[in-house]
Amino acid sequence: MNVAVVVFPGTNCEHDLVHAVRTLGGEPELVWHRRRDLAGFDGIIIPGGFAHGDYLRTGAIATMSPVMTEVSRLAAEGRPVLGICNGFQILCEAGLLPGALIANRDLSFICRFVDLEVVDAGTVLTSGLEPGTRVRLPLNSYEGNWVDPGGSGRVVARYLDDPNGSQDGAAAVANDAGNVVGIMPHPERASDELLGSADGLSLLESFLGSLVRA
Amino acid sequence: MKVTVTVNRRLEIADPEGTTVERALHDLGYPEVRTVRMDRVIHMEVSGGDPVSVRARVEEMCRRLLANPVLEDFEVEVDG
Repeated sequence: MNVAVVVFPGTNCEHDLVHAVRTLGGEPELVWHRRRDLAGFDGIIIPGGFAHGDYLRTGAIATMSPVMTEVSRLAAEGRPVLGICNGFQILCEAGLLPGALIANRDLSFICRFVDLEVVDAGTVLTSGLEPGTRVRLPLNSYEGNWVDPGGSGRVVARYLDDPNGSQDGAAAVANDAGNVVGIMPHPERASDELLGSADGLSLLESFLGSLVRA
Repeated sequence: MKVTVTVNRRLEIADPEGTTVERALHDLGYPEVRTVRMDRVIHMEVSGGDPVSVRARVEEMCRRLLANPVLEDFEVEVDG
């Protein structure tokens, strides 16, 4: 399955992601944010980092990049789209996911492993897992505190503790259709026991398993 | 003309930065500070002769980029 890994100026997790996707038998390709056509890709992943320096608001400038018009178009058609960390923030800013991400409750950049529990197995990220599955992933973010004033956002996975004040304990959320998912901790950084956990592979494998040839 | 945009986080949305500054001011000996909100002010120079249409364009910029409608309100001041 062909996976577009979108790269903005300031993205910094793309190679980890390419490695993890390739390990699972997927065919990842790095695509620059100026690209306007992603029609040939079966799925799209927006990795973490600091797209466009996180200026104005985290993720805000990235939504103006040409590639995002195409991501929005394909998301509306049902194509699986995953945003990790900064990618999650970008998808919220683009209006493809509910809510927004603000500074962590304690104003600290959190950089440690966290435990999550999958609570909704009906999304492209979790369809291969059972509800209640627990995974251990690294969290590396300052703006990881998800707020959804409307209160209708679909929560996909929750933190077992409460590292950042995120509403409803949300670590991952989806759109109503379940084909667009954002997750704050990093599955790709937990893709080998050498890294302290390989739990992220189960999520990425589930994502790849949800892809249909474009 | 000079345009000033103030982007305010809505009161019902937590402002961890404001809360931290508020606490620091209390520690510094200013217990009278009741609330602190860290808003963003954007100064622009915009060409155009008609303040009404300048305002309309800037308000559109706010809706599309400068403010996040999930979290924030905005005020536009045009100094013709």
